Amino acid sequence: MNTRLHDDKVLALHNITADEYDLITKLVGREPNLTELGIFSAMWSEHCSYKSSKVHLKTLPTKAANVVQGPGENAGIIDIGEGRVIVFKIESHNHPSYIEPFQGAATGVGGILRDIFTMGARPVALMDSLRFGPLDNPKNRSIMEGVVSGISSYGNSIGVPTVGGEVYFNECYSLNPLVNVFCLGLAEKDKIFYAKTDDVGNAILYVGAKTGRDGIHGASMASQEFGEDTEAKRPNVQVGDPFKEKLLVEACLEVMERKIIVGIQDMGAAGLTCSTTEMPAKSGTGVEIDLDLVPQREKGMTPYEILLSESQERMLIAARPDQVPAVKAAFAKWDLDAVEIGKVTSDGRLKCRFHGSLVVDIPVSAVVDLCPAYHRPWEEPAVPTKSPSASRRPLPKDYNDVLRKLLSSPTIANKEWVYRQYDHMVLTNTALLPGAGAAVLRIRGSRKGLAMTVDGNGRYAKLDPRTGGKAAVAEACRNLTCVGAKPIGVTNCLNFGNPEKPGVMGQFKAAVEGLGQACEAFGIAVTGGNVSFYNETEGIAIDPTPVLGIVGLIEDIDKVVTPGFKAEGDAVILLGRNAEEFEGSEYLEIIGLPSAGPPPDVDLDREIAVQETLLEAIAEGLVRSANDPSEGGVAVCAAECAFHSPERIGCDLNFDDDLRPDAILFGESQARILLTVRPENAERVLEIAEKRDVPAKVVGTTGGHSLRIRHLDRLLVDLPVAMARKLWMEALPDYFANPKSS
Amino acid sequence: MKFGVVVFPGSNCDADAYHAFRDVLGKPTTYLWHKDHDLKGVDCVILPGGFSYGDYLRSGAIARFSPLMREVCEFADKGGLVLGICNGFQVLLELNLLPGAMLRNKRLKFLCQYVTIRIENDKTAFSRKGTKGQVLRIPIAHFDGNWYAPPETVKEIEDNGQVVFRYCDTEGRLSEESNVNGSLNAIAGLSNKRGNVCGMMPHPERAVESILGSEDGLVILRSLLEKIS
Repeated sequence: MNTRLHDDKVLALHNITADEYDLITKLVGREPNLTELGIFSAMWSEHCSYKSSKVHLKTLPTKAANVVQGPGENAGIIDIGEGRVIVFKIESHNHPSYIEPFQGAATGVGGILRDIFTMGARPVALMDSLRFGPLDNPKNRSIMEGVVSGISSYGNSIGVPTVGGEVYFNECYSLNPLVNVFCLGLAEKDKIFYAKTDDVGNAILYVGAKTGRDGIHGASMASQEFGEDTEAKRPNVQVGDPFKEKLLVEACLEVMERKIIVGIQDMGAAGLTCSTTEMPAKSGTGVEIDLDLVPQREKGMTPYEILLSESQERMLIAARPDQVPAVKAAFAKWDLDAVEIGKVTSDGRLKCRFHGSLVVDIPVSAVVDLCPAYHRPWEEPAVPTKSPSASRRPLPKDYNDVLRKLLSSPTIANKEWVYRQYDHMVLTNTALLPGAGAAVLRIRGSRKGLAMTVDGNGRYAKLDPRTGGKAAVAEACRNLTCVGAKPIGVTNCLNFGNPEKPGVMGQFKAAVEGLGQACEAFGIAVTGGNVSFYNETEGIAIDPTPVLGIVGLIEDIDKVVTPGFKAEGDAVILLGRNAEEFEGSEYLEIIGLPSAGPPPDVDLDREIAVQETLLEAIAEGLVRSANDPSEGGVAVCAAECAFHSPERIGCDLNFDDDLRPDAILFGESQARILLTVRPENAERVLEIAEKRDVPAKVVGTTGGHSLRIRHLDRLLVDLPVAMARKLWMEALPDYFANPKSS
Repeated sequence: MKFGVVVFPGSNCDADAYHAFRDVLGKPTTYLWHKDHDLKGVDCVILPGGFSYGDYLRSGAIARFSPLMREVCEFADKGGLVLGICNGFQVLLELNLLPGAMLRNKRLKFLCQYVTIRIENDKTAFSRKGTKGQVLRIPIAHFDGNWYAPPETVKEIEDNGQVVFRYCDTEGRLSEESNVNGSLNAIAGLSNKRGNVCGMMPHPERAVESILGSEDGLVILRSLLEKIS
């Protein structure tokens, strides 16, 4: 079609295929002008439309009795009883964080916060799942410092505590760091707001920061095409202003509390375009706006730029005409603009006027609902069935040395260097400080508490994406269980390579199936999340990295369990069974052996039985500490329990399994929990386990100030707690204070 | 005894202070909007933590120009009780109600953690429920808490007994390590000469309930419950 209004180059720059262009032409009833093409380009992008992923995401379990809002809104909503709901979501900001780590991560925080308060919830907690390349590379250190400062800067300033998270290191993230940000808000069930316009004649108000040229999709193309004064190429990463967002939070929550608006939507990806199409699409209306009225930071902006700018800290509000003065007054109190830029119409179209002429006139449903969904070709991942060389691997000569190395490995080492930079206590709800497997918040005016965690393991998912997906769910739930919480809802962030490659698409499909299966088994619904494709640089893709954000409910906040040993002489019980499962382990990584076999098996029935056993024991008030062996296995798990103990109480454990000793100590078999009870209560816990057919045995006692671990009475590990803790505490800060290479 | 918590744009510990005084201590408490010129008859003004005006320019530097600060200064001049916590302390320094200035923390990182502080003067309105030498476990959360003043000012406030709290270890000893942000003389909190205005970097309002890990902040907040005679 050579007679097209826009040539191939323009379409390519907009990532619109010829077929998509023909579809757009059909839907609009004529060829789109450049601004309209920009709108479709943004809204039909992978990021906004999920066109490669939605056929697979549809298979996820999204329904459960407690779900108030599943996928499709800004965030998911779960009912937690007593008239309260939680609003939560996780989102990636991977690409911007590589280009400009500080602002990339900061605006990631800002974006997810808006997704939460736009629904009427006050954000009360943030968590981050971060992945970087190895820290002996100065570039990776600088990315990590930038990302952590960016999160710190934005979260601390706005006053939402960053209560937990995870940080992993692997070579595959060197050129593609992952920054996944989770936010949770609390709201009253009858005060939830949605992105809608309601009735024709309602006013459309623009509130918050002014619009600039930052983050414009295809901005470079636009200037080429018009041949106007060529602007210096703007960075694609937006700049965050947490102060502005703090004002926006307060003003928005105020107008929602007073119920003087009808609908609200944040301007995130695709900016004004996204909100002016999604809001009317949900209400079956249209919207007409005057672009000249949009508050602008820069002179001479084109309609294209105004509509596609991704300037931060902006929201769109729909209000009845009689509500407008009160809305304006509420925003004026916080020194924020609230400008009426248009109204709700009946024709189902987005119409934009600029200098008096109509520059956009397209059906909103075409933009929002009619993007084609792709069944991209995929290849079933080749999954190894057995570890070929395991039996030939030599046993370690010095188990103490292996444990010391594991404790100093950045993935396992203490992360205080990171979380000390985050205000994790503001809002005074943080009942469990960062460092445990899950964060715990009290809920004011209730006996209940909330636990939350973000988890994923790219190494398992690389070996077997389906198992990796399951393992992420299983581990997240286990982390919640260990503090005494029952999982109630899921959000996910799926980080993968290029979906146009059948291998990557196959990984994605399998991981989604695995995590869906696991959520179904646990009876918890996926309420939303985010897919991040194209995590590839120079043709190298990251390991498939599904990250799960799971929230749990604690019935009695006074019964929260923590990982630290509580007293000398307590019985240490291992729930679950050890096996020779090394593949994908941190142990193989630190001894420098490649992982080639299947990752640790995830048996969902056993996993659930183990977790239910723990929850029942906690409910009976028996459990004094609980922690699950994950990276680094039982040895690291026991060490953590000692490190978290204020008195640095050690333990003496003895395992009698007929297995390789390194598997028992450092293997990463799933569905295991190490817990302590008063000695007289051990029998009762074993009974609870037996009732569920869960393997359980007393493996030792707490006491002394050393970590002692034996196999068949042979002492393999004997380390003073204080010395081991020092390694674990200092490993991460040492990389930044005394770089090991430069 | 009625408490007023000032709300600046960017304050983010205002609700925590409000909760501590109203819900935990059960005292009448009200918010004071920074644009008003009305202290609503409160007996004690709390300048809360946060990032007033985004802490742009310099921590507390813009907040000092808020309309309500005129009334706060007059209130302080008449002997009214004013407690500035964290950002509130920074605002008091900018208002010249307290001496000195804040530098960035010594290791140039934001610090959120529990610290231990020692009561240096137990005669003040902010510490009289404690005893001299008592060690309190209270969180900090700040980037600019490294208090600095010229030597003659430091001598003066030390001589006058204006140092209310000092960073110390859990045993109450001073050390380089326990002075986490590098403040001169490990000063964590200080009062004016008259003793009715106090600024402190640690957050007592974060340490008033056992579920959150410490109730030591109650020593400070309860000290405020009696009017100065």
